[in-house]
Amino acid sequence: MAKLMTGNEAIARGAFEAGVKIGVGYPGTPSTEILENFARYPGVYAQWSPNEKVALEVGIGASLAGARTLVTMKHVGVNVAADTLLTLSYTGVNAGLVLVSADDPGLHSSQNEQDNRYYGKLAKIPVLEPSDSEEARKFVKLAYELSEEFDTPVILRTTTRIAHTHTLVIEEEPREVSLKPYVKNPQKYVMVPGNARLRHQVVEERRQKLLEYAEITPLNRIEEGTGDVGFITSGISYQYVKEAFPGSPVLKLGLTWPLPEKLILKFAEKVKTIIVVEELEPYIEEHVRALGLKVVGKEIIPRTGELNHYIVQRAVLKYLGEEIADSLENLDLPQRPPVMCPGCPHRPVFYILSELKLTVTGDIGCYTLGVMPPLGAIDTTVCMGAGIGMALGMEKANPDFSGKTVAVIGDSTFLHSGITPLIDMVYNGGKGTILILDNRTTAMTGHQPHPATGKTLMGEPAPQVDFEALARALGVKRVTTVDPFDLQQLRAVITEEVAAGEVSVVVVRRECALLPNQTREPLTVISEKCTGCQRCLKLGCPAIAIKDKKASIDPLLCNGCGVCAQVCKFSAIIKGGDSLG
Amino acid sequence: MDKNILLAGVGGQGTILASKIIAGVAEKAGLDVKVAEVHGMAQRGGAVVTYLRFGKKVNSPLIAHREADFLLAFEKLEALRWLSYLKPEGLALVNDMEIYPLPVLTGKASYPDFRERAQGVNFNLIPAREIAKSRNNPRGINMVLLGFLAKRLTFPKEAWLQEIQKRSGKFSEANIACFQAGFTYGA
Repeated sequence: MAKLMTGNEAIARGAFEAGVKIGVGYPGTPSTEILENFARYPGVYAQWSPNEKVALEVGIGASLAGARTLVTMKHVGVNVAADTLLTLSYTGVNAGLVLVSADDPGLHSSQNEQDNRYYGKLAKIPVLEPSDSEEARKFVKLAYELSEEFDTPVILRTTTRIAHTHTLVIEEEPREVSLKPYVKNPQKYVMVPGNARLRHQVVEERRQKLLEYAEITPLNRIEEGTGDVGFITSGISYQYVKEAFPGSPVLKLGLTWPLPEKLILKFAEKVKTIIVVEELEPYIEEHVRALGLKVVGKEIIPRTGELNHYIVQRAVLKYLGEEIADSLENLDLPQRPPVMCPGCPHRPVFYILSELKLTVTGDIGCYTLGVMPPLGAIDTTVCMGAGIGMALGMEKANPDFSGKTVAVIGDSTFLHSGITPLIDMVYNGGKGTILILDNRTTAMTGHQPHPATGKTLMGEPAPQVDFEALARALGVKRVTTVDPFDLQQLRAVITEEVAAGEVSVVVVRRECALLPNQTREPLTVISEKCTGCQRCLKLGCPAIAIKDKKASIDPLLCNGCGVCAQVCKFSAIIKGGDSLG
Repeated sequence: MDKNILLAGVGGQGTILASKIIAGVAEKAGLDVKVAEVHGMAQRGGAVVTYLRFGKKVNSPLIAHREADFLLAFEKLEALRWLSYLKPEGLALVNDMEIYPLPVLTGKASYPDFRERAQGVNFNLIPAREIAKSRNNPRGINMVLLGFLAKRLTFPKEAWLQEIQKRSGKFSEANIACFQAGFTYGA
């Protein structure tokens, strides 16, 4: 019976059906739910690693030891794992290994919208792009066959609209796959130059074989249609083409590295105009053009943001010379950007950083929201772990920064890639202040456990990384712990540490407001005492609004953290009072 | 029965559960269904939208300008944001509730007048928050709206009740009470 599943659920199902025994990754939207779902199937093992590079390396080990293995991450996570990936292409695999790269066109929850199909071209490993959940399930299974047949890792590339869209899936029975024997083979697995030179030739031979396979695989198909205009497309863009031009000929590509040259030429003979519809980069288009074909692509299809059938339809009709009415009217409505939740332990930190007018090198997580007004406290955000190294670079370029710069980084992000830059800061004589915002979870992606939470993805207890002891072991002499809900102490500690003239680590510890038992009695404004100064509004808390020139707290939204009461100079905010509306 | 339904609201309001129930009912009726959600950063109190389409065959999971049959809006400003996605004969079912976004909270922008901005559009303002509260289930706003929508679709009521029961766990009785209240509201 058909069942509604997101692409992520379907990938987990497909892996289970393919006999995958090991799943490993690092959380990242839109990939996170793959492993969370996979972990629930019987007879499998799944884990979160501290970062994507480690995850892929654990995956390689599992494959060599003979288990089919699934490795999951978001698009920018593949950058972290890229060093491993590009040489894994040379060694090949033992049991099948599939890497899911979940791309995010439109940047729903990312810092860039890179197109990871280029990793297939760069690493010379097959890239499969499903167009819905059922294809995601089927493609994963086929990916394991390819991985083992061609001795290569395989990338399954999804995008947000595949990963987070529910479509109908037909489940099949899982296949029992026994462990493949491990055979020691240094020529294949030890990439010293002498061996790697030979393996590079193997990679080239594999590329040739994959090219032949690309021509005959059912992953690629021509859908006959009427008219002179034909579309070449892949992934979610295929659905947009089918919606906008249901009767037109389509070359649907499920395997986008390597691309099938003969099939593309055959399709070109059937139509007068070829339009390539793909999100982000002209990846397929460049290839089609290189075959000497005339093709329409990015001159009409946007290269930034995500597509939909409306954008595709309008672009194509306009190109074909039809009149197009003006697009959406400008709505002129107030924006509703994401905000820190009421009771978020990050809010007081950024309130103080903003008050102290410090330069703040930020990082990736919920706390990146500290950039939003009215807090407006963050100066930079690049990628996971970047803030600490950047703070060091700033003070090296201009010593004035050392007395007024802090790097902020979350607990999971610090474990992901904050430790090595902290070592750098200690080793190279930096004087920076690092705030580890330890909310005891990986919050932004939906509360995954990590190595400092004491729990694993399988729900087992685990040792906890001790941030304070770790910092001391790395050579940091000034290590402090502070509760962000104690505003006075928080201000005092940050002021002192920034002025200290040597590296200091402040662990700002308080559970995420969305974890269980983090809701307290809501606060109330005593209207007579409120002067309407609006100081509490500087917290940017969604529970506080101005009504009739006085502050007012929505008891349904208030989490009871009490930070606003500490900010108020007139003691106008108190615990309790008006209970649930 | 081909329908396009947009669910718009503020992150954390329960749009995703509501969309799951509608999708479940449509799926049981043997229809093709696609539901596109937003996860991650936007869920932190930002504007969220879920696209839900069902029919004989659905290709694109997204709904474009002037293609929605229904807009199920959990908040008035979020309703306004998506009104232009309704077909001319489409209907907006709007929770009569204001959640101020940060630019309004901080006085940088003013909250728009819903009735003024929604002129020329078919809409129903539903006091879902009050109805939910009166059923002792203040989190049941989504169920009230769902009941109101269910009345305007042709699926059997029993199918809705089954789906709510299946997905509400220990809140199933409270959620059904809110659904029933929405179903009969304004009838």
